Amino acid sequence: MGKTFAEKVLGRAAGYEVTANQVVTVEPDFCMSHDNGAPIARTFKKIGVTNVKYPERICLILDHAVPAPTSDHAVNHKEVREFVAAQGIPNFYDVKSEGGVCHQKMCEEGYALPGLVMVGSDSHTCTYGAFGAFSTGIGRSEMAAVWATGKLWFKVPESMKVVVTGKFKPGVSAKDFILKFIGDVRADGADYMSVEFHGEGIENMSIAERMTLCNMGIEFGAKNAVCKPDKKLLDLIKERGNAKSDRWEALWADEDAVYAKEFHYDLGDITPGVAKPHKVDNYSPIEEVKGTKIHEAFLGSCTNGRIEDLRLAAGILKGKKVAVRTVVIPASWIVYRQAMKEGLIDIFLDAGCIICNPGCGPCMGNHEGILAPGEAAISTANRNFKGRMGDKESFIYLASPMTVAASAIKGEISDPREAL
Amino acid sequence: MSVKGKVWKYGDDVNTDVIFPGKYTYTIKERADMAKVACEDLDPEFTKNAKPGDIIVGGKNWGCGSSREQAVSCIKERGIAAIIAKSFARIYYRNCFNEGLPIIICPAAVEAISAGDEVEIDFEKGVIVAGGKEYPFPPYPEFVQGLIKDGGLIPHVKKELGLA
Repeated sequence: MGKTFAEKVLGRAAGYEVTANQVVTVEPDFCMSHDNGAPIARTFKKIGVTNVKYPERICLILDHAVPAPTSDHAVNHKEVREFVAAQGIPNFYDVKSEGGVCHQKMCEEGYALPGLVMVGSDSHTCTYGAFGAFSTGIGRSEMAAVWATGKLWFKVPESMKVVVTGKFKPGVSAKDFILKFIGDVRADGADYMSVEFHGEGIENMSIAERMTLCNMGIEFGAKNAVCKPDKKLLDLIKERGNAKSDRWEALWADEDAVYAKEFHYDLGDITPGVAKPHKVDNYSPIEEVKGTKIHEAFLGSCTNGRIEDLRLAAGILKGKKVAVRTVVIPASWIVYRQAMKEGLIDIFLDAGCIICNPGCGPCMGNHEGILAPGEAAISTANRNFKGRMGDKESFIYLASPMTVAASAIKGEISDPREAL
Repeated sequence: MSVKGKVWKYGDDVNTDVIFPGKYTYTIKERADMAKVACEDLDPEFTKNAKPGDIIVGGKNWGCGSSREQAVSCIKERGIAAIIAKSFARIYYRNCFNEGLPIIICPAAVEAISAGDEVEIDFEKGVIVAGGKEYPFPPYPEFVQGLIKDGGLIPHVKKELGLA
């Protein structure tokens, strides 16, 4: 009987063969925390050890509310900086042009690598599966424990296989596929499963699109989500030359591995769609929501703030004017600079959009685009829960960068295929 | 150990944002203050009136969404005796044991229990008593039992490192 991806990676990390439902204790290769590094540091101190076990495996990236919008946030950042200095943690990304959204940084700075076990004190840590890593979100107490001991227990998850063929039609992208998929399998469709994306449809996708898919894994309950480390990925790792670990190895599931669930999709069948308030699995094809009035458009986040996303949105916004306030937040300063070089920032500004500094922005209600009661936003982020963008009487529609751009122009939810 | 309390009942897919809103994640630091806003965007009645010893009953996928542990801390600190649900999102499930908040997966009991009911949970016998009927639930996995016995993850790690 063949092995799944999760069985292979966790078995390699454990040092012996493992199968689904077995409990293993392994040492994660990298552990990521963001602004919540401060409360984790306080919990860490309660354990009573002086030093973290592996300072070089800890990554701290300030992104959730940057630059600090309140004194409370500033104190929080200060505590992170003090902890980094005291513990000699080398992998720290402060509120500087070295920074950006934590998951984007973990991927662009060469931490996310095939075959590694990665944990993060953030549920969207599953994003690194686009780079072939087994990566998952954990709580604050668990992260404090990992800092102290260098290890963590896992129940080897069962696996779900999603086989994807074909190519997107114009006006359709990875976000449309994953929103449709979540609508089909629902918010708990992969509860505690390792989700493997297979097939030439995935190989046709850019790494950025694969990040969008894996990022949304948690929205249908996945423990982790992963794409095959194919030639496209291995070439990118080589070309960048910034791999932060030499422990990586391109691992993938065996042909005869056993799956708890299996799904098949042809990307040619996917059309633009949205997740309506207040659940990510509340899917509708664009036709059903077209014309819904919006008050704000948000383009950014760890789901869709990459250069590829900005290009798609700019393609629609070029030479047009937005009808509602439109907040554009590149996922990192590397992305920001690239967007500037390509003239995308000018396209956004000419269209009437505003550009904020890289970070999480309004995604989880901290700042830079909070909604008023009764207002609706269309957003490229990953969650539309009640109150997520600040007020519980507001409404969030999740969509692709192209749908957000097309909707911003009209001030109502619009079909991007009509704006191409 | 057994507990008896009044039920607050909710549906499927209750997420961590409505249990502990994201806007508070860096402004509320003390556990006692977390308890004051518990479930603010889910049910303002709960936020106002939940009493120590009360029990939460949820549908499937309780605690989906963010990894924020405050969504467990605020309920634990509020004195809620346990959460019974059809299923739990995985990060929330782990956070509960790490925080020492008892949770039970028991779909049959969830179906039978209504808001406002008095429900008893006997952890030793592994049964929920509601409306005069008993609903058995399976024992916790062995590794989780160790965590519960030590009172959560941090005390467990301290013990393991010889610092307790």
